[in-house]
Amino acid sequence: MKVQKSAASSESEKLTNGSGAAAILAAGIGCFALSVLAVAGDKSSVIKNSLVFYRPTGPLSGVTTTAILVWLLVWGSLEWRWRSRSVAAGGIHAVALSLLALGLLLTFPPVVDLF
Amino acid sequence: MEITSRALWTLVHGMGFGALYLLACSGALVELYRFSTSSQASDDGPGKERFLRIYLFTMVVLAWASVLTGTYVIYPWYRAAPPAGATELSGFPQRLLMASPATSGWHSLGMEWKEHVAWFAPISITLVAFVFARYGRELKRHRQLRTAVLSFAMVSFVSAGIAGFWGAMINKYAPVQGGSTIQLSHGEER
Repeated sequence: MKVQKSAASSESEKLTNGSGAAAILAAGIGCFALSVLAVAGDKSSVIKNSLVFYRPTGPLSGVTTTAILVWLLVWGSLEWRWRSRSVAAGGIHAVALSLLALGLLLTFPPVVDLF
Repeated sequence: MEITSRALWTLVHGMGFGALYLLACSGALVELYRFSTSSQASDDGPGKERFLRIYLFTMVVLAWASVLTGTYVIYPWYRAAPPAGATELSGFPQRLLMASPATSGWHSLGMEWKEHVAWFAPISITLVAFVFARYGRELKRHRQLRTAVLSFAMVSFVSAGIAGFWGAMINKYAPVQGGSTIQLSHGEER
Protein backbone atom coordinates (compact mmCIF):
# COMPACT_ATOMS: atom_id res chain seq x y z
CA MET A 1 0.00 0.00 0.00
CA LYS A 2 2.82 2.34 0.96
CA VAL A 3 4.64 1.51 -2.29
CA GLN A 4 1.48 2.32 -4.25
CA LYS A 5 1.08 5.63 -2.49
CA SER A 6 4.67 6.69 -3.09
CA ALA A 7 4.46 5.65 -6.75
CA ALA A 8 1.31 7.72 -7.16
CA SER A 9 2.90 10.64 -5.40
CA SER A 10 6.06 10.59 -7.52
CA GLU A 11 3.89 10.38 -10.66
CA SER A 12 1.87 13.40 -9.58
CA GLU A 13 5.03 15.35 -8.88
CA LYS A 14 5.89 14.92 -12.56
CA LEU A 15 2.56 16.40 -13.60
CA THR A 16 3.48 19.55 -15.50
CA ASN A 17 1.20 22.52 -16.09
CA GLY A 18 1.37 22.22 -19.91
CA SER A 19 -1.77 20.17 -20.36
CA GLY A 20 -3.86 22.49 -18.19
CA ALA A 21 -2.47 25.59 -19.89
CA ALA A 22 -3.26 24.08 -23.31
CA ALA A 23 -6.89 23.47 -22.31
CA ILE A 24 -7.23 26.97 -20.86
CA LEU A 25 -5.73 28.80 -23.83
CA ALA A 26 -7.76 26.72 -26.28
CA ALA A 27 -11.00 27.54 -24.42
CA GLY A 28 -10.15 31.25 -24.50
CA ILE A 29 -9.43 31.08 -28.22
CA GLY A 30 -12.62 29.05 -28.84
CA CYS A 31 -14.83 31.56 -27.02
CA PHE A 32 -13.16 34.49 -28.78
CA ALA A 33 -13.50 32.79 -32.18
CA LEU A 34 -17.21 32.27 -31.55
CA SER A 35 -17.81 35.95 -30.82
CA VAL A 36 -15.66 37.13 -33.75
CA LEU A 37 -17.57 34.84 -36.12
CA ALA A 38 -20.87 36.12 -34.69
CA VAL A 39 -19.81 39.74 -35.29
CA ALA A 40 -18.51 38.94 -38.77
CA GLY A 41 -21.78 37.21 -39.65
CA ASP A 42 -23.72 40.18 -38.34
CA LYS A 43 -21.74 42.69 -40.40
CA SER A 44 -21.28 40.89 -43.71
CA SER A 45 -24.07 39.21 -45.63
CA VAL A 46 -21.51 37.12 -47.56
CA ILE A 47 -20.07 35.70 -44.32
CA LYS A 48 -23.56 35.35 -42.90
CA ASN A 49 -24.69 33.22 -45.85
CA SER A 50 -21.53 31.14 -45.75
CA LEU A 51 -22.21 30.34 -42.10
CA VAL A 52 -25.57 28.72 -42.79
CA PHE A 53 -24.62 25.06 -42.24
CA TYR A 54 -28.12 24.02 -41.22
CA ARG A 55 -30.88 26.12 -42.76
CA PRO A 56 -33.48 25.96 -39.94
CA THR A 57 -30.93 27.31 -37.45
CA GLY A 58 -29.39 29.81 -39.89
CA PRO A 59 -25.93 31.36 -39.43
CA LEU A 60 -25.83 30.35 -35.75
CA SER A 61 -25.15 26.78 -36.92
CA GLY A 62 -22.00 27.86 -38.77
CA VAL A 63 -20.83 30.26 -36.08
CA THR A 64 -20.98 27.61 -33.36
CA THR A 65 -19.78 24.66 -35.43
CA THR A 66 -16.77 26.59 -36.73
CA ALA A 67 -15.91 27.92 -33.27
CA ILE A 68 -16.13 24.43 -31.77
CA LEU A 69 -13.86 23.09 -34.51
CA VAL A 70 -11.35 25.91 -33.90
CA TRP A 71 -11.46 25.24 -30.15
CA LEU A 72 -10.93 21.48 -30.52
CA LEU A 73 -8.20 21.80 -33.15
CA VAL A 74 -6.28 24.36 -31.10
CA TRP A 75 -6.73 22.27 -27.96
CA GLY A 76 -5.53 19.09 -29.67
CA SER A 77 -2.54 20.85 -31.16
CA LEU A 78 -1.50 22.58 -27.92
CA GLU A 79 -2.08 19.44 -25.88
CA TRP A 80 0.21 17.52 -28.25
CA ARG A 81 2.94 20.16 -27.90
CA TRP A 82 2.68 21.02 -24.21
CA ARG A 83 1.44 17.79 -22.61
CA SER A 84 4.67 16.93 -20.86
CA ARG A 85 6.14 20.42 -20.63
CA SER A 86 6.11 23.15 -18.03
CA VAL A 87 5.06 26.42 -19.63
CA ALA A 88 4.92 30.05 -18.53
CA ALA A 89 1.41 29.64 -17.17
CA GLY A 90 0.94 33.22 -15.93
CA GLY A 91 1.19 34.80 -19.38
CA ILE A 92 -0.79 32.06 -21.09
CA HIS A 93 -3.64 32.28 -18.59
CA ALA A 94 -3.66 36.08 -18.85
CA VAL A 95 -4.03 35.81 -22.64
CA ALA A 96 -6.76 33.15 -22.28
CA LEU A 97 -8.74 35.18 -19.75
CA SER A 98 -8.36 38.34 -21.85
CA LEU A 99 -9.69 36.50 -24.91
CA LEU A 100 -12.56 35.17 -22.82
CA ALA A 101 -13.41 38.67 -21.54
CA LEU A 102 -13.19 40.13 -25.06
CA GLY A 103 -15.34 37.28 -26.33
CA LEU A 104 -17.97 37.97 -23.68
CA LEU A 105 -17.94 41.65 -24.58
CA LEU A 106 -18.33 40.92 -28.29
CA THR A 107 -21.44 38.82 -27.72
CA PHE A 108 -23.23 41.81 -26.18
CA PRO A 109 -25.37 43.32 -28.98
CA PRO A 110 -24.84 47.04 -28.09
CA VAL A 111 -21.06 46.46 -28.40
CA VAL A 112 -21.53 44.68 -31.75
CA ASP A 113 -23.54 47.69 -32.96
CA LEU A 114 -20.49 49.91 -32.42
CA PHE A 115 -18.70 48.28 -35.37
CA MET B 1 -54.14 19.26 -18.79
CA GLU B 2 -52.17 19.21 -22.01
CA ILE B 3 -48.93 20.50 -23.46
CA THR B 4 -47.70 20.88 -27.02
CA SER B 5 -44.61 18.99 -28.15
CA ARG B 6 -42.75 22.27 -28.76
CA ALA B 7 -43.59 23.54 -25.29
CA LEU B 8 -42.40 20.23 -23.86
CA TRP B 9 -39.07 20.53 -25.68
CA THR B 10 -38.71 24.09 -24.41
CA LEU B 11 -39.37 22.81 -20.91
CA VAL B 12 -36.77 20.06 -21.27
CA HIS B 13 -34.22 22.55 -22.65
CA GLY B 14 -34.78 25.33 -20.11
CA MET B 15 -36.10 23.74 -16.93
CA GLY B 16 -34.47 20.37 -17.44
CA PHE B 17 -30.97 20.90 -18.77
CA GLY B 18 -30.52 24.66 -18.28
CA ALA B 19 -31.95 25.17 -14.80
CA LEU B 20 -30.34 21.99 -13.51
CA TYR B 21 -27.00 23.20 -14.87
CA LEU B 22 -27.39 26.57 -13.13
CA LEU B 23 -28.26 24.84 -9.87
CA ALA B 24 -25.19 22.64 -10.20
CA CYS B 25 -22.91 25.63 -10.90
CA SER B 26 -23.00 27.10 -7.41
CA GLY B 27 -22.14 23.71 -5.91
CA ALA B 28 -19.29 23.20 -8.37
CA LEU B 29 -17.80 26.64 -7.69
CA VAL B 30 -17.80 26.10 -3.93
CA GLU B 31 -16.47 22.56 -4.16
CA LEU B 32 -13.76 23.47 -6.69
CA TYR B 33 -12.59 26.34 -4.54
CA ARG B 34 -12.66 24.30 -1.37
CA PHE B 35 -11.05 21.26 -2.94
CA SER B 36 -8.24 23.12 -4.63
CA THR B 37 -7.37 25.40 -1.72
CA SER B 38 -8.03 23.23 1.36
CA SER B 39 -4.83 22.34 3.17
CA GLN B 40 -6.42 19.41 4.97
CA ALA B 41 -5.56 16.38 2.86
CA SER B 42 -7.79 14.13 4.97
CA ASP B 43 -10.89 16.05 3.80
CA ASP B 44 -10.18 15.35 0.16
CA GLY B 45 -9.88 11.60 -0.12
CA PRO B 46 -10.14 9.73 -3.42
CA GLY B 47 -13.87 9.29 -2.85
CA LYS B 48 -14.51 13.03 -2.78
CA GLU B 49 -12.26 13.60 -5.77
CA ARG B 50 -14.13 10.92 -7.71
CA PHE B 51 -17.47 12.43 -6.70
CA LEU B 52 -16.43 15.87 -7.94
CA ARG B 53 -15.20 14.36 -11.20
CA ILE B 54 -18.58 12.70 -11.80
CA TYR B 55 -20.37 15.91 -10.73
CA LEU B 56 -18.39 17.99 -13.24
CA PHE B 57 -18.83 15.40 -15.99
CA THR B 58 -22.61 15.51 -15.40
CA MET B 59 -22.46 19.30 -15.71
CA VAL B 60 -20.63 18.96 -19.03
CA VAL B 61 -23.40 16.70 -20.33
CA LEU B 62 -26.12 19.10 -19.09
CA ALA B 63 -24.43 22.15 -20.63
CA TRP B 64 -23.98 20.52 -24.04
CA ALA B 65 -27.49 19.06 -23.97
CA SER B 66 -28.88 22.50 -23.18
CA VAL B 67 -27.11 24.40 -26.00
CA LEU B 68 -27.65 21.65 -28.57
CA THR B 69 -31.39 21.32 -27.91
CA GLY B 70 -31.65 25.11 -27.80
CA THR B 71 -29.83 25.67 -31.07
CA TYR B 72 -31.03 22.73 -33.14
CA VAL B 73 -34.49 21.92 -31.76
CA ILE B 74 -36.09 25.09 -30.35
CA TYR B 75 -34.32 27.93 -32.17
CA PRO B 76 -35.61 26.82 -35.62
CA TRP B 77 -39.18 27.06 -34.27
CA TYR B 78 -38.40 30.44 -32.74
CA ARG B 79 -37.00 31.97 -35.94
CA ALA B 80 -39.41 30.33 -38.40
CA ALA B 81 -40.69 32.73 -41.05
CA PRO B 82 -44.48 33.12 -41.42
CA PRO B 83 -46.13 32.86 -44.84
CA ALA B 84 -46.36 36.15 -46.75
CA GLY B 85 -49.20 38.32 -45.53
CA ALA B 86 -49.76 36.40 -42.31
CA THR B 87 -51.14 38.54 -39.49
CA GLU B 88 -51.45 35.81 -36.85
CA LEU B 89 -47.87 35.56 -35.54
CA SER B 90 -48.31 33.53 -32.36
CA GLY B 91 -46.61 30.55 -34.02
CA PHE B 92 -43.61 32.67 -35.04
CA PRO B 93 -42.07 34.05 -31.82
CA GLN B 94 -39.24 36.08 -33.37
CA ARG B 95 -41.60 37.85 -35.80
CA LEU B 96 -44.13 38.37 -33.03
CA LEU B 97 -41.52 40.13 -30.87
CA MET B 98 -40.18 42.19 -33.78
CA ALA B 99 -43.68 43.32 -34.75
CA SER B 100 -43.92 45.77 -31.86
CA PRO B 101 -41.39 48.33 -30.57
CA ALA B 102 -42.53 47.39 -27.06
CA THR B 103 -41.25 43.84 -27.48
CA SER B 104 -38.57 43.99 -30.19
CA GLY B 105 -35.79 44.41 -27.60
CA TRP B 106 -36.49 40.91 -26.30
CA HIS B 107 -35.19 39.67 -29.63
CA SER B 108 -32.65 42.32 -30.69
CA LEU B 109 -30.95 42.40 -27.31
CA GLY B 110 -32.10 39.25 -25.49
CA MET B 111 -32.05 36.53 -28.10
CA GLU B 112 -29.11 38.03 -30.04
CA TRP B 113 -27.06 37.93 -26.84
CA LYS B 114 -28.36 34.62 -25.51
CA GLU B 115 -27.84 32.60 -28.69
CA HIS B 116 -24.09 33.28 -28.64
CA VAL B 117 -23.15 33.72 -25.00
CA ALA B 118 -24.84 30.45 -24.05
CA TRP B 119 -22.10 28.54 -25.87
CA PHE B 120 -19.46 29.85 -23.48
CA ALA B 121 -20.97 27.66 -20.76
CA PRO B 122 -20.26 24.20 -22.27
CA ILE B 123 -16.84 25.22 -23.59
CA SER B 124 -15.80 26.57 -20.19
CA ILE B 125 -17.19 23.73 -18.11
CA THR B 126 -15.62 21.14 -20.43
CA LEU B 127 -12.25 22.78 -19.77
CA VAL B 128 -12.92 22.83 -16.02
CA ALA B 129 -13.91 19.15 -15.96
CA PHE B 130 -10.91 18.17 -18.07
CA VAL B 131 -8.39 20.05 -15.93
CA PHE B 132 -9.91 18.70 -12.73
CA ALA B 133 -9.92 15.14 -14.07
CA ARG B 134 -6.29 15.53 -15.10
CA TYR B 135 -4.92 17.28 -12.02
CA GLY B 136 -7.32 16.50 -9.17
CA ARG B 137 -5.76 17.41 -5.84
CA GLU B 138 -2.61 18.47 -7.71
CA LEU B 139 -4.44 21.73 -8.47
CA LYS B 140 -3.37 22.86 -5.02
CA ARG B 141 0.19 23.00 -6.28
CA HIS B 142 -0.67 24.97 -9.44
CA ARG B 143 -1.98 28.30 -8.20
CA GLN B 144 -2.25 29.96 -11.62
CA LEU B 145 -3.98 26.94 -13.12
CA ARG B 146 -6.42 26.93 -10.22
CA THR B 147 -7.23 30.63 -10.64
CA ALA B 148 -7.85 30.20 -14.36
CA VAL B 149 -10.06 27.14 -13.81
CA LEU B 150 -12.15 28.98 -11.20
CA SER B 151 -12.45 31.99 -13.54
CA PHE B 152 -13.72 29.80 -16.38
CA ALA B 153 -16.13 28.06 -14.00
CA MET B 154 -17.46 31.48 -12.97
CA VAL B 155 -17.82 32.58 -16.61
CA SER B 156 -19.66 29.36 -17.36
CA PHE B 157 -22.09 30.15 -14.54
CA VAL B 158 -22.57 33.78 -15.63
CA SER B 159 -23.07 32.94 -19.30
CA ALA B 160 -25.57 30.19 -18.45
CA GLY B 161 -27.33 32.66 -16.15
CA ILE B 162 -27.57 35.30 -18.91
CA ALA B 163 -28.89 32.70 -21.36
CA GLY B 164 -31.34 31.33 -18.81
CA PHE B 165 -32.70 34.75 -17.85
CA TRP B 166 -33.29 35.86 -21.45
CA GLY B 167 -34.70 32.48 -22.42
CA ALA B 168 -37.25 32.59 -19.62
CA MET B 169 -38.26 36.20 -20.39
CA ILE B 170 -38.51 35.64 -24.15
CA ASN B 171 -40.63 32.55 -23.63
CA LYS B 172 -42.90 34.62 -21.40
CA TYR B 173 -43.56 37.27 -24.07
CA ALA B 174 -43.48 35.01 -27.14
CA PRO B 175 -43.68 31.34 -26.19
CA VAL B 176 -42.68 28.67 -28.64
CA GLN B 177 -45.96 26.97 -29.48
CA GLY B 178 -47.29 24.34 -31.81
CA GLY B 179 -46.62 20.76 -32.72
CA SER B 180 -48.64 17.82 -31.56
CA THR B 181 -50.64 18.05 -28.34
CA ILE B 182 -49.77 15.75 -25.49
CA GLN B 183 -52.56 15.00 -23.07
CA LEU B 184 -51.13 14.90 -19.54
CA SER B 185 -54.32 14.36 -17.57
CA HIS B 186 -58.08 14.71 -17.93
CA GLY B 187 -59.62 17.49 -15.84
CA GLU B 188 -63.04 17.22 -14.25
CA GLU B 189 -65.88 18.69 -16.25
CA ARG B 190 -67.71 21.62 -14.63
